[in-house]
Amino acid sequence: MTAAAESGCEACPAHHTGNLIKLGVNMSSWDFVVALAGNPNTGKSTVFNSLTGLRQHTGNWPGKTVVRAEGGFSYQGSRYKLVDLPGTYSLLSTSTDEEVARDFILFGQPDVTVIVVDASLLERNLNLVLQVLEITDRAVVCLNLIDEAKRHGLAVDDRRLARDLGVPVVPTAARQKTGIPLLTQTISEVATGKVVCKPHRIENHPPALKRTIDQLAGQVVTAFPDLANPRWVALRLLEGDRRITEAIGTGEIGDLNQTAIVGDGSPLSPTAQEAT
Amino acid sequence: MPPPNPTADAIVSSARDLRWEAGGNFHDTLMESIYTDAARIADRAVSRTGEQPRFDLDRTIDGLVTSRWLGFPMMLLMLGVVFWITIEGANVPSAMLATLLIGDLYPVLRDFSASIGLPWWMTGLLVDGMYLAGAWVVAVMLPPMAIFFPLFTLLEDFGYLPRVAFNLDNLFRKSGAHGKQALTMAMGFGCNAAAIVATRVIDSPRERLIAIITNNFALCNGRWPTQILIATIFIGGLAPAHLAGLISAASVVSIAVLGILFTFVVSWGLSRTVLKGEASAFSLELPPYRPPRILQTIYTSVIDRTLIVLWRAVIFAIPAGAAIWLLSNITVSDVSLAEHFINSTGSFGYIIGLNGVILLAYIVAIPANEIVIPTILMLTVLSARITGVGDGPGVMFEPSESVSADVLRAGGWTLLTAVNLMLFSLLHNPCSTTIYTIYKETKSAKWTTVSALLPVALGLIVCFLVAQIWRLLAA
Repeated sequence: MTAAAESGCEACPAHHTGNLIKLGVNMSSWDFVVALAGNPNTGKSTVFNSLTGLRQHTGNWPGKTVVRAEGGFSYQGSRYKLVDLPGTYSLLSTSTDEEVARDFILFGQPDVTVIVVDASLLERNLNLVLQVLEITDRAVVCLNLIDEAKRHGLAVDDRRLARDLGVPVVPTAARQKTGIPLLTQTISEVATGKVVCKPHRIENHPPALKRTIDQLAGQVVTAFPDLANPRWVALRLLEGDRRITEAIGTGEIGDLNQTAIVGDGSPLSPTAQEAT
Repeated sequence: MPPPNPTADAIVSSARDLRWEAGGNFHDTLMESIYTDAARIADRAVSRTGEQPRFDLDRTIDGLVTSRWLGFPMMLLMLGVVFWITIEGANVPSAMLATLLIGDLYPVLRDFSASIGLPWWMTGLLVDGMYLAGAWVVAVMLPPMAIFFPLFTLLEDFGYLPRVAFNLDNLFRKSGAHGKQALTMAMGFGCNAAAIVATRVIDSPRERLIAIITNNFALCNGRWPTQILIATIFIGGLAPAHLAGLISAASVVSIAVLGILFTFVVSWGLSRTVLKGEASAFSLELPPYRPPRILQTIYTSVIDRTLIVLWRAVIFAIPAGAAIWLLSNITVSDVSLAEHFINSTGSFGYIIGLNGVILLAYIVAIPANEIVIPTILMLTVLSARITGVGDGPGVMFEPSESVSADVLRAGGWTLLTAVNLMLFSLLHNPCSTTIYTIYKETKSAKWTTVSALLPVALGLIVCFLVAQIWRLLAA
């Protein structure tokens, strides 16, 4: 087979369908950690099950996943640990499930965060997507329930969405297993750095607030030059977020250098573990 | 942990100063920025491909099942239909399983143990005690569960449970509890221990405690078979044959509804006394109705729920079977231990409209509610000295309904005993797994004790009152 033909085949998602090995919960070590976030009742658990081959109970009601579920899969020789976070509408308030999700994305430092959204309720779901993109720059949007959106007479332009959000967008219908191979492929591309995201950051704050944020973010950058998201940290500090203030005080926040993460199979940080 | 670093302190203190400059509506401004961007991006990506369908099925169904007038009747009807299908459908397979496991296999096992020369007490303990208890549980529980769980899971998959929560939300708020308690209560209809874990969706510790303490009033799957069996034998037995199934189903529904009422009353009482406070608001999303994937649902509910619950029941029934056999065969001054207990608690049992057999059965069945009925039948045979059924003391017999009914009537059971047993099965301590889960979740011995004893106390009071009023009216 010629090199050209090989790369042509590799670009086709169908080529790798057979490479997905569902590992269930048999994970002793892993190369990459993938977090699964999203609004309640968007089918996160269904996506989780179709990736890991587990049969975690799914139900058609919001707030079904209370505890963090973990599973794994292997793709193209790399092992991925998948963490199903509780469904939340936002990451800004203080309820337990939102804190679990937020802390894991921030302190657990997943290699990729997959945000599952309901295609038929895109606007409301994007609120969470934008908040996640403020924290991390390695994300994949899983545009789920496209079949349901179609039934409601809605079409979502996933390429346009991907351009606006600055991260890959994969349309899926997880209940029918449509789009899962492409999702696996995209996750691995972001995890290995083949695809680099330029996530959308919220810039439309009023001028006065903008100046305040810039001022504080400047101080944060001086103290922690490696930080990937100083403006977000500044915002959280302004809001008096207890956990973030604590992390600044102990210097824990300085260890969160997103670009330096190498999947080494090491256990998650204690902060992320205690969320279980 | 590194020592507090001076730059960090400076950042935190300047954040504190700047917060004043940012103003009080800072959080709202922030949310507004996010919402504006989300709206803009969504607007550009989404397009309508055609006319919005003129007839919105979801809205129409929601209008019906959450309507002010039809919501509750439809809920009761839905529950009633599920139980009716369960009761009618479980009869035949139950009888077949009983014939196979007890009619055919049991004598074979006895002959086998005799042929290898086991002493009589070994045969008694292993075959008459442990094997029969396990076989009884499988025959009685497997068919109703294999029908009930898939039906319930289908309703759940379809999206009906959040509508139940929506209907009940107002009542929960009025009783000072969290609206999400409706969801955890619905889970309690499956398993109380699982529902106790699910109360984590409730943020306020006060409301979460209320949800935990009152969850036991949701009949769990260990208690459905007891309710269904007693309703079929006594209440359905009084009705004409063609109505028996309907009336039994109706009486099980009323017990379930009574449990919901107790949930409200006790929540109200707790939030006015020891757990004072305001109900917090929450938004409940009504998810779209999704056509359930029937085959997959049946598969997962048989594997995940039915077999797991059945396995647990068998695991607890086997040692309980041994205990029952020993209690019935160890004698002190020519009377067995079981009879000693039954006779000495008989008068107390009479006051609350039950009897010593039931009280002993509930003690034997603390590990698992599922085995209450087998225990009661066996002990009744023993204490009433019925001959012709069973095979000696402590032996469980063929669980066909007519035999069960004969045994219970011969044991002095009346309609009052049946009604009170159904009430007591609703109102008594949670099973040991649930109690352990409550302790793990609350980390408080005090609240665990309250959750365990409050239902028993209520059960004794309710049974006492029912018995007194019943006898007054009957006299």
